[in-house]
Amino acid sequence: MSIKSAIFGLAASVVALGAPAAAFAQNKVNLGVAIPAATHSFTAGIVWWANAAKAELEKEHKDLKVTIKTAANAGEQANQLQDLVTANKINALVIFPFESAALTKPVAQVKSKGVYVTVVDRGLTDTSAQDAYISGDNTAFGKVPAEYLAKALDGKGNIVALRGIATTLDNERMDAFNSVMKDYPDIKLLDAKYANWNRDDAFKVMQDYLTRFKQIDAVWAADDDMAVGVLKAIEQAKRDDIKIVFGGAGSKGMIKTLIDGKDPRIQANVSYSPKFIYEAIKLTAEARLKGEALPATSIVPSVLITKENAKDFYFPDSPF
Amino acid sequence: MVEGRLERAKSLGSWLHGVGPVAGLVVLCIAGTALNSDFASLDNAMNVLTRTAFIGIIAVGMCFVIISGGIDLSVGSMAALIAGLVILLMNTMAGWFDQPVLVVAIGMLCSVVLGAVFGLTHGLLITRGRIEPFIVTLGTLGIFRAYLTYFSNGGAITLDDGLSDVYSPVYYTSLAGVPIPVWVFLLVAIAGGVILNRTAFGRYVQAIGSNEQVARYAAVDVDKIKVLTYGLLGACVGVATLLYVPRLGSASPTTGLLWELEAIAAVIVGGTALKGGSGSIIGTVVGAILLSVISNILNLTSIISVYLNAAVQGFVIIIVAFLQRRK
Repeated sequence: MSIKSAIFGLAASVVALGAPAAAFAQNKVNLGVAIPAATHSFTAGIVWWANAAKAELEKEHKDLKVTIKTAANAGEQANQLQDLVTANKINALVIFPFESAALTKPVAQVKSKGVYVTVVDRGLTDTSAQDAYISGDNTAFGKVPAEYLAKALDGKGNIVALRGIATTLDNERMDAFNSVMKDYPDIKLLDAKYANWNRDDAFKVMQDYLTRFKQIDAVWAADDDMAVGVLKAIEQAKRDDIKIVFGGAGSKGMIKTLIDGKDPRIQANVSYSPKFIYEAIKLTAEARLKGEALPATSIVPSVLITKENAKDFYFPDSPF
Repeated sequence: MVEGRLERAKSLGSWLHGVGPVAGLVVLCIAGTALNSDFASLDNAMNVLTRTAFIGIIAVGMCFVIISGGIDLSVGSMAALIAGLVILLMNTMAGWFDQPVLVVAIGMLCSVVLGAVFGLTHGLLITRGRIEPFIVTLGTLGIFRAYLTYFSNGGAITLDDGLSDVYSPVYYTSLAGVPIPVWVFLLVAIAGGVILNRTAFGRYVQAIGSNEQVARYAAVDVDKIKVLTYGLLGACVGVATLLYVPRLGSASPTTGLLWELEAIAAVIVGGTALKGGSGSIIGTVVGAILLSVISNILNLTSIISVYLNAAVQGFVIIIVAFLQRRK
């Protein structure tokens, strides 16, 4: 921590003590952003959008300072929260928690110091530790593809699925998918194995599915990175029984394929854009500058992306 | 006399070492076939061998480093960075001149050269810099992956379509029914076996691993040999990468994740002592195949909860290591 920021922080708190906040037309906001490090495309998108928000908002509001910290695991993120409070003297926090349970106490600690806390995507286990919650829609992430596939297959056929990493959000997606499929007894989910949201693992898992099952009508790849590996494995095996490969999250590569109609197996996608971190930072910063609060919970809906609306979800500059 | 006894003890040891992993592999294959008859199909065997090729080729190089008493933790990150750099280079070159075959050939060459350069750098830091190999390569593990993440903005670096079409046969084509990566794996393994057992360099590597001080007194240029083993491993990583790139035509921060552990596990499961001194290339090859057969069988069946897949791998590794333990 630099001496300058310490003095700035000290001065800010003295000023805040000296006069009621309402006397200022604009509050000074020192916003901390804690997000996972860019270890795969989706989190890379999170980092990219967070930096985009910082650049845009700091230019627009001179009373706003945004500090972004990226963490490789839950422990590191908890340490960063302490640093943000003691060293950076933040008075507002936007956090994309690495894990819900592990980060609940550390975030509660931050809030108890008077910091305004917005939690993004993964809810904390104790909601009193947060002021506002902005979440992606994991239920729709599983439901939308399930409904789409059921309709496209006319309620009959064989599906294989890939899963991400064993986490609550992965379970929510899988459960939502299964609950839709319950209404379609003629659709068989042959198996669902973990491929870690990773292209190479998805390639291997799909190769083995292709060896094991002679007739597959559709693949729920559940992530656009995994869909890349799935498509390569299908091409290698020269199988033409698979009519649909449904990815998820709307990466720029897959959205481009959808817009161009390059691959007949890529007909639809479901949105789960890392852009919600941008929205969360913008909403929190602007509300706090005016001294306002955000609604307790807001959900960024996951919607079906087809060729017709695909261009609204295409961000060529983002890494995702 | 002492030498003769040592020799005998060694050959008995290596015999025991050889049997453990092979027995493990045979048992696994029988189990696999019993669980799903498709396991024994030629296509599946080729799938497994092809995906083993990357780790297997790296493991052959790793075998030399471990026998010499060293270790390299960075190979996964190194493969990822080489893949990223080579793709960027090929994409750039494609803009300069319109000869995709030449571009791909240069890319493949660069992959091996880059690997060798990274490896030699490790070797120099370890010998001239007198830093523990664990620390040097732990450092570069972070450095390599961070630079790949930086170059890719955390996303994926993707090979241009035109180049991808030219390059993909390197992974997907078969010669005499056997995919090219398997041929390369075989050639690398044979070359590794010959170098380790039939050349002065191979004997020096083993001598340094069993007693570095004695090797030094016997006028072995220990530093040079060590630098070369790391260079050799780096070149192996380069070869593995040039086969990896055409598979998906992209590199991302998840590329090569944990390859270092898989390669080290293949070497150790194959009967090489982690403390160095002796080891076998055949064992290493069998060890690498064994590791990928486990996950293949798990994918081909659903008798075990997906949550327990990693545990099965762990149990098998420990059992095989038990079978080939030193008496």
